[in-house]
Amino acid sequence: MKQFIIFVRKEFYHIFRDRKSLLIIIMMPVVQIILFGFALTNEIKDSNIAILDNSKDVATAEIIHRLDASRYFSVARNLNTQKDIETAFKTGKIRLVVVFQPGFQQTLLHTNHAQVQLIADATDPNTATTVTNYATNIIRDYQNDLNVLVATPYMIAPQIRMLYNPQLKGAYNFVPGVMAMILIIISAMMTSVSIVREKEINTMEVLLVSPLKPLLFILSKAIPYMFLSLVNVSTILIVSVTLLEVPINGSLLLLMLEALLFITTAVSLGLMISNVTASQQTAQMISLLGLMLPTLLLGGFMFPIESMPKPLQFMSNLVPSKWFFIIVKNVMIKGLGFKMIWKETLILLGMTLFFLSISLSKFKTRLA
Amino acid sequence: MPSIAVENIIKKYGSKKEPVTALDDVSLEVSKGELFGVIGPDGAGKTSLFRILTTLLLADSGTATVDGFDVVKQYKEIRNRIGYMPGKFSLYQDLTVEENLRFFATIFNTSIQENYELIKEIYVQIEPFKDRRAGKLSGGMKQKLALCCALIHRPSVLFLDEPTTGVDAVSRKEFWEMLKALKQQGISILVSTPYMDEAELCDRVALIQSGKIMSIDMPQHIIQKFTKTMWSVRSAEMVRLLNDLQHYSNTEKCYAFGEFHHLVLKNESGGKDEILQYLQHLAHHEIELHLAQPNIEDCFIELMGNNKS
Amino acid sequence: MTETVITADKLTKKFGDFIATNEISFEVKKGEIFGFLGANGAGKTTAMRMFCGLLMPSSGAASVAGFDVYKQTEQIKKSIGYMSQRFSLYEDLTVKENIRFYAGIYGMSRSAIKEKSVLLLNQLNLSGEVNTLVKSLPLGWKQKLAFSVAIFHEPKIVFLDEPTGGVDPITRREFWNLIYQAAERGITIFVTTHYMDEAEYCNRVSIMVDGKIEALDTPRNLKKTYAAKSMDEVFLQLVRGAKRGE
Repeated sequence: MKQFIIFVRKEFYHIFRDRKSLLIIIMMPVVQIILFGFALTNEIKDSNIAILDNSKDVATAEIIHRLDASRYFSVARNLNTQKDIETAFKTGKIRLVVVFQPGFQQTLLHTNHAQVQLIADATDPNTATTVTNYATNIIRDYQNDLNVLVATPYMIAPQIRMLYNPQLKGAYNFVPGVMAMILIIISAMMTSVSIVREKEINTMEVLLVSPLKPLLFILSKAIPYMFLSLVNVSTILIVSVTLLEVPINGSLLLLMLEALLFITTAVSLGLMISNVTASQQTAQMISLLGLMLPTLLLGGFMFPIESMPKPLQFMSNLVPSKWFFIIVKNVMIKGLGFKMIWKETLILLGMTLFFLSISLSKFKTRLA
Repeated sequence: MPSIAVENIIKKYGSKKEPVTALDDVSLEVSKGELFGVIGPDGAGKTSLFRILTTLLLADSGTATVDGFDVVKQYKEIRNRIGYMPGKFSLYQDLTVEENLRFFATIFNTSIQENYELIKEIYVQIEPFKDRRAGKLSGGMKQKLALCCALIHRPSVLFLDEPTTGVDAVSRKEFWEMLKALKQQGISILVSTPYMDEAELCDRVALIQSGKIMSIDMPQHIIQKFTKTMWSVRSAEMVRLLNDLQHYSNTEKCYAFGEFHHLVLKNESGGKDEILQYLQHLAHHEIELHLAQPNIEDCFIELMGNNKS
Repeated sequence: MTETVITADKLTKKFGDFIATNEISFEVKKGEIFGFLGANGAGKTTAMRMFCGLLMPSSGAASVAGFDVYKQTEQIKKSIGYMSQRFSLYEDLTVKENIRFYAGIYGMSRSAIKEKSVLLLNQLNLSGEVNTLVKSLPLGWKQKLAFSVAIFHEPKIVFLDEPTGGVDPITRREFWNLIYQAAERGITIFVTTHYMDEAEYCNRVSIMVDGKIEALDTPRNLKKTYAAKSMDEVFLQLVRGAKRGE
């Protein structure tokens, strides 16, 4: 146990004395999240919207007024027919079209139930989700104000249509995506590099000759980077909740546990890399090309997997990041519980055990 | 029981088609408390031998034991009782002197206090710098720290692979003095070096070249085996002298050796006068010529010549 | 009077408070074999880097091959060769590729390279190994080849940093034969070594202690001055008192 403690402490010395690398490790997630985040939030203010008001009554006028008065929207055009919607999107810089059914107020007053259609340009899925969310909230506010005075509540149901990208690939994707990417880089690359460095400076020979157990060596190498990765997960979550207002809808504990599982996956991949490489550069290259690229390309958050050719779709199943990405999206964004992600968790767990057993069994107790 | 016993070790690297033989049928024995030197140039197979004995590498054939334990089957026992300083061993540069020492002590299941007596004499020299990072130490001090780290668990056998390579003459002398002191503590030491002059500081040496041991003995015995007469020659023009002597018909071998050239003749009957005559004939002046006492380097050169032919 | 190719006049290099090289002054003549000795950390490497135009001196003056070390570093680099034990040839290139590469750097023409490499390879008995990767050559051959490549462009001066470390005794002597031949052709040799017998092969030897040149003379005179039997003893006498390390 004492061996373990002093080894882990030594690793932390290495980490904390290399100030530049430490700064990069700590700041990288923050910078990435903010970069993605600002690209998103800046555009939402004063988005141009168009209105197709088939009812033209007091209620619709009030809703339109509220939309226009909010800081998110300004009404740029009034449309006359259904056909105009398509042209509005194509010609103007319209983000959202709000369509009121004929006799909106009457329906609302008589049946307590009316519909409003929100049509968004989903080529930019992040923006599309955000604008429809904002519009929905404004309409809901109006509905709540009405309901203060009456016994049976009125219901205005916004019907959302996403044009051009109905599946809304990419919305809120960047938080889970950045998380997967950062964890893969930090955990796998740092672990492998720190082991390979021992080989480079020949301390590995002395450690091998010592009574130190291989498992203890591996654990002591893995733990500090797992810890750092958990710090990263926390920063990513804090930054996304506070700065970007991306909520954590599901259980935080579940999210952290799943992150820990994925970190273990990444660390075992790092161990595998360190088994087959002898120089720090090679370890870095393999981590970047072998782990980060598949995460970016096949992880599902940059490019929708559904639209890929079949072979690539199949390959994406082998990328651990894909499963972690699905898990985080479901837990964090959709607020789903463990029941909905147990399959993905199981797959990830299986992969981790597979990688871990390979790297443990291949760990060399000799040099060649 | 010998501390180290090596029997007919063969180690090859590279592909099966073009194997490179690192160790070619090497056998040697080191007794308890002996300071044993493996002397040879880079690429002679020293490091391979050390790695096989420290259980880091498997030999292709042959057997070896350290402290009575087999290097293949009982490697764990060996790892518990040996100290090892690999070639170009550089410690953790970003850890301080004390942190390095404490780390290696703990890894070997001991503490600095437990075996402080053993390293005390060496450690006091670097103790004033114990809070300095190892990367900022001088070459000599790094070497002392590395030795402390290899000794901290009181090993019964100490393996030092080229501890003095690239180190200046003064630090080298100090290092050998430390090894002598350690020998008094009953630790068997196997040390390798490319510097021939260090052979005379060992109890026994193995001269190794191209994976083969050319000679194993006490240094003075190796020198005694050099039975040829050897001359030391110098003149005002050393380069021309060497060239002229190498072209002399009675020369068996002539090479530079410090301020003199060492000369071995094919036929000694002519003696000193014959050489002098030859040199005067070639207009050399300030000639000095006397019988030379061969040393290990002369023996090494002689043995290398025998091996080649 | 033979031409002077290196002059140093109170050449000093400071790193912060640390004086790595402290007012060193000397001259080296054309064709001379100049041994540059000192303990680890005495300041040899720093001095050598200043002469090679890699490091700007803090004060003092120096010229190499007639060029000023402050202003004419480009010209200096063209007139010198450099070889060290640690870095010499590219292991993953063949003998021929290494020669072509280094000669190419110094702007030699294709035909000149071709002509000269045939001569060189014959001289080193390496004609059969033209297309061999350098890493599969024995160390001794590598070092000899590295030296030959370093003087391939006929520099005025060649700087050798511990060129014979770890080399067997026969090859070490063959290496020194190459040095002698080069010196006879008029190439100045500036060499560091840890082998004290090699110090004897030099025309003159300087010994650096703690950044200063403590002794500079022919090996013979040094031994006389310090009443020592060998250069080893001279070195020990001077360096034992050294205070600092690397």
